[in-house]
Amino acid sequence: MQSEPLDPGLRKPWNFVLLYKYLVLGFVTLLIIAPLITTALGGFKSAADLRTNPFGLPTVWHWNQYTDILLGIDYWRYMGNSMLISAISVFVTLLCSTLAAFTFAHVKFFGKEFIVGYLMVGLLFPVATAILPLFVKVRDMGLLNTYWGVILPTSAFSLGMSILLMRNMFEKLPRELLSAALVDGCGYIRFFWHITLPLSRPILATVGIIAFVASWNQYVLPLILLNSEERYPWPLGIMEYQGEFTTDWHLILAFVTLTVIPAIVVFLATQKYIVAGLTAGAVKG
Amino acid sequence: MTDTPTPNSISPPRQGFSLRPANALNREGWVTAALFLPPALLLFTLFVVLPMGEAAYFSLFKWNGFGTPEDYRGLYNYERLISRDIFKTALWNNMLVILVSVFIQLPIACGLAIILADKIPGGNIFRLLFFLPYVLAEIVAGLIWRFVYDGDTGFIAKFTEWFDLPAFYILAEQDYAMYAILAVIVWKYFGFHMMLFIAGLQAIDRDLYRAARVDGASAWQVLRFVTLPLLKSTMKLSIFFAVLGSLQLFDIIMPMTLGGPSDSTQTMVTYLYNHGFIRAKLGFGSAIGTVLFIICVVFAVVYQKGFFRDAE
Repeated sequence: MQSEPLDPGLRKPWNFVLLYKYLVLGFVTLLIIAPLITTALGGFKSAADLRTNPFGLPTVWHWNQYTDILLGIDYWRYMGNSMLISAISVFVTLLCSTLAAFTFAHVKFFGKEFIVGYLMVGLLFPVATAILPLFVKVRDMGLLNTYWGVILPTSAFSLGMSILLMRNMFEKLPRELLSAALVDGCGYIRFFWHITLPLSRPILATVGIIAFVASWNQYVLPLILLNSEERYPWPLGIMEYQGEFTTDWHLILAFVTLTVIPAIVVFLATQKYIVAGLTAGAVKG
Repeated sequence: MTDTPTPNSISPPRQGFSLRPANALNREGWVTAALFLPPALLLFTLFVVLPMGEAAYFSLFKWNGFGTPEDYRGLYNYERLISRDIFKTALWNNMLVILVSVFIQLPIACGLAIILADKIPGGNIFRLLFFLPYVLAEIVAGLIWRFVYDGDTGFIAKFTEWFDLPAFYILAEQDYAMYAILAVIVWKYFGFHMMLFIAGLQAIDRDLYRAARVDGASAWQVLRFVTLPLLKSTMKLSIFFAVLGSLQLFDIIMPMTLGGPSDSTQTMVTYLYNHGFIRAKLGFGSAIGTVLFIICVVFAVVYQKGFFRDAE
């Protein structure tokens, strides 16, 4: 946040400009939150109430529509599956990419730039381009409809960005630190474990959260790689649910709201890292 | 390997210290690389590079996915793909997303960023609010908006009721469904692009504004001749993300229209999924994937080589 306005000339005693700005901001806010609030309130309404009165408060608050979902097993199973897949994916991504990024940042060896370039190829195309061969590969490995079948490709596709971000960070660590450590007989491996990792917690958090959010929200990979509802993560679960209650919007909206709330809470708690990660990745471009 | 001397190699060896000779360090470097790189390389090769190569290979066959591909057809799948109207629709829809991102979303994001980059009361809350849709899963955004667009219970239903119009189901209208989806894309992503612009604005040197004002530039001139030119690289970045996002557009479409009605809202990826995966035409689907891959790579290379360089 800067104290200096971008354009000091806009400061006037009668600030119509400021008023105009707030009108614009208010209008955009309305466009953003109207669908979200309607969704959350819709979960409390009866079908008839939702139809006649989509915007207002519910005439009767049907808490049971929310509690039914929360007391049932499906919601928690979907959430649990997502948590499991995302947590392990993040772990695998962080493990592989810190090791690789460290090597690229500090160790000199022949062919390094070639290998870096190779790993950056993954940044060029989205996972969706390769879903058919991925399906065949995961099937042939016997991993279809298993958690690992989703976790491994998910991690593989997040490697490129993670390595890029972490390598940039590792290179910023003072060079003298490494040379001093090496002179004192500390090898690369001990240096990595005792010095690089502890100093890199912020970037690990940023990369981890970005990978987690991507995995938590992902749809296309589990869609093709999982086929039993037992293992569905929540985006597949919610599609399953809405397929079941096609036009019972009040029930679907309740379910949607319950999946959105954790996302918003986590976002508010970690927004510093998310925004930092996005803009860091962006500035490097 | 040793193009730049490290402090290590130029510091004089002191006696009594266990300073290892350079070749020992090199050897240790090799050992470290040999230990640290394989996990990433293996995972990446197995699940990113090989599948992409296999897509190119599978695309030469007519194959339903069982056993191994045997029915070799050469470029037949590509010929069939190019002659399909759905392919053109899908490409055009991807193009539409890019056009809307550049000519509608980018100005909105840039304008809001200019308003919010100044410290104004409540600014942080607006930033968070505008960024919020970006945090939602695309599936959720699609579902919420299918409700909004629903002709019986949603916002549109209410409007048609107020104005005594017949019920209107926009997502079932071939001619309008794609525009409805475009609105959702702008709704979901302008906040992300706004954040890019805010970061870009904060990197601008304040002295430039003061200098411009001292020279008697009007607010409009400052915007036109100082702010916007300096945001050029942010704009290029924003367009870059918009294009990549468009090329992988899938999750929002599925809950809203599944690519229908009559394939009017297919994108490259929904086309690949609906016609390659669902119908078990792995050869044909792989041809779509390969075309999409080529588009992505050509775009990324041309954009980075050409556009980013002259941004400097």
